[in-house]
Amino acid sequence: MNSTLLSGLLKDYDPGGYYCELLGGLEGGKNQEQLRALAPVIEKINALTVGDLRKRTAAVTRELYNLGITFTVYSQRDQIDRVLPFDALPRVITQKQWAHIERGSIQRVTAINLFLDDIYHDAKILKDKVVPKDLVLTNKNYSPQMEGLTLPHKSYASICGVDLVRGADGEFLVLEDNARTPSGVSYVVENRHLTLRTFPDLARATSIRTVSDYGQRLVESLRQLAMNPSLENPQVVLLSPGTFNSAYFEHVFLAREMGVPLVEGRDLLVDNDRVYMKTILGLEPVDIIYRRIDDQFIDPEAFNPKSLLGVPGLMRAYRAGNVTLTNAIGTGIADDKAIYAYMPRIIRYYLGEDAILPNVETHICREPEGLAYTLQNLENLVVKPVGESGGYGVVIGPRSSKKVLADLRRKLKAAPDNFISQPMISLSVAPTLCSRGVEPRHVDLRPFVVSGRSTWVLPGGLTRVALKKGSLIVNSSQGGGSKDTWVLA
Amino acid sequence: MHKLLARHAEEIFWMSRQVERMNNIARILDVQESFGHQKDGTHNWLSVLKIYADDERFLAQDLKPTAENVLYFYILDGDNPTSIYANLKMARQNARALRPQISTEMWFHLNTFYNSMRGMKRRDISEERLNLVCARIKEACQTFSGITAETLYKDDSWYFSKIGMNLERADQTSRLLDAKYEALQMGDADMGSASDMSQWNALLRSAAGFHAYRRVHSKGFSAESAAGFLLFDERFPRSVSASISEACLALKDLHESFGSDQKRTALDAMKAFQSHVRQSAIKDVIASGMHDYLDDLQKHLIDITSLLEEEFFAP
Repeated sequence: MNSTLLSGLLKDYDPGGYYCELLGGLEGGKNQEQLRALAPVIEKINALTVGDLRKRTAAVTRELYNLGITFTVYSQRDQIDRVLPFDALPRVITQKQWAHIERGSIQRVTAINLFLDDIYHDAKILKDKVVPKDLVLTNKNYSPQMEGLTLPHKSYASICGVDLVRGADGEFLVLEDNARTPSGVSYVVENRHLTLRTFPDLARATSIRTVSDYGQRLVESLRQLAMNPSLENPQVVLLSPGTFNSAYFEHVFLAREMGVPLVEGRDLLVDNDRVYMKTILGLEPVDIIYRRIDDQFIDPEAFNPKSLLGVPGLMRAYRAGNVTLTNAIGTGIADDKAIYAYMPRIIRYYLGEDAILPNVETHICREPEGLAYTLQNLENLVVKPVGESGGYGVVIGPRSSKKVLADLRRKLKAAPDNFISQPMISLSVAPTLCSRGVEPRHVDLRPFVVSGRSTWVLPGGLTRVALKKGSLIVNSSQGGGSKDTWVLA
Repeated sequence: MHKLLARHAEEIFWMSRQVERMNNIARILDVQESFGHQKDGTHNWLSVLKIYADDERFLAQDLKPTAENVLYFYILDGDNPTSIYANLKMARQNARALRPQISTEMWFHLNTFYNSMRGMKRRDISEERLNLVCARIKEACQTFSGITAETLYKDDSWYFSKIGMNLERADQTSRLLDAKYEALQMGDADMGSASDMSQWNALLRSAAGFHAYRRVHSKGFSAESAAGFLLFDERFPRSVSASISEACLALKDLHESFGSDQKRTALDAMKAFQSHVRQSAIKDVIASGMHDYLDDLQKHLIDITSLLEEEFFAP
């Protein structure tokens, strides 16, 4: 490694054998190319001191707290607002790397939308036995209510997050898809604003692609999804579960950036299969709902009858073709961990291309050979329950006790359909401010892919960082933080 | 631009009322401490409880109306819905729900204010620190009004903020007068005594009207002129009459700028109420009973709030 790169702030930094987002791998051509592109940024980072970094980070945390950009944690007596930790050292992606991510994400989401349109109509892919029929039709995320409903531009997962990781060789792999209600895009934009305000010296003279126009581009794409394409100015709203939801800040952010009303279920009603919002001057028709409420809670008439968050009759209006819901109902089938394993084949089936962004190697435990392999190699694999999200229920073999593995073995044998397994990926790291100075911490990347008439990717994305030393779990619900993500122009 | 959500109208109306209410409570506590000495040199904190008709509820807790207890009750007690902290918590919750509607500066200010009060303990509001604490609260409320005036886009929600603030102000001034008027009248018989002077002072200062009153009435005090000033002086921003006029004007503007052909029951009621207040003469009010007049006034304000509720908040 070029020794001049490891002076100043990064003097004692050691990626410990992992692929480093800033310095690249330890050897090889890819490394030289990345280092050349990032050298100016590395130089600026090295000009910082740990003390200065800490002081400015504390100022950012204070600002986030007072701006209420917080998660709410409830205790018996009171509520505690916590800030999602922000790490000031940016994660930087070169032009060339981004072009690859962008092409791969668009390809993947295009295939996901074609897949959803197909399984809710003719189900050709099931008839052609590319994906097992029962895997789809008996999946709890499959929505019979969606059968036969045709959506404008076949946009089902209109806003999709593709979670990427990099292994030891630096290749980007898809870890999972988020086709329901992916969150985190507000941090992409807010983190950039924080960097520009608090670390102007870092960003100076570096050409970074903007993420600030996300709201405007998003609302434009959403307007293209009106069920009635002749509407000149369709009314878009953002439907939130309300102020007590942990992602409420993001809902506010998006509504403000898009300039659309932020409504709750109680602000809407359905009359004669038409959706209205209650304004001071009476009822106003609503055409497009960017909903941040899960399928199960969106309409007590159609789904969970106990839901107070939803709007009774919404599914009737949807089925009647009088309102657009984004994301569509029933997209959860596409990001289910069981379907994930088939994504390369799904891409090839609809697009006739190989996946640009490969999957992580996946063993499907419902298949005898997958189960056998998983049971034989349990201590080396990561086992994930299907139908869960947020990192819950994941067992990391090499880091689990004998007792945990024995429990898992029993569960696998009892209900193999509920699991998939993957090899342990040595996730890439990025220099991160920690209590002992700047140390490597594991990161992932979630680009946001939006599909209206066409599909585009926000040039940036959410970099989540596992702040606990050695931890591979980056989820904010489990002690993760985030970084500003720079795509170089 | 989309039409204002009924829920947002209600939230901004109450948020403004809650901030205005905090401002008044802080004023009243501050003035009570500085000017509320009785002849024997002690404070009568029970009189503050009477302004808000909280005396029964307070005494039911088996607490003595000492300075410490009353101050805690009105400043920090989260279980008391009329405390500054409880109002701030509600205002902040409303502001959170209104985030897409109000400016970031408004939210930032209320949230910072709330975070600072959350950390306060009983010892921070002892009598000797009270003046400083009240000054900070008043200032925070006034800053909020200033930020609102400077940054809130004048769409339909702006009018509801204006209406809420002014209705609350009219209510607060009438309550203040109601609680103190009796003591004032007794003062008339005792003109010039130290206790009498401080009662006048206390009342006018609670409403931030001492100097304005002096400019209009350069000599002496009388129950009639002070009460008349607080009720009917159209040029004094905290008078009942001026507050009603402001609220009335805002509602009228709202209809003209954003209205449709819907009924205007709240506006009609507000206009009728405005002319009723304008036609009242202080001599008649005193002759027929100040308390009854103020009571009737407060009932009108409650009725108007219900009409706004029916017409706008729950369509």
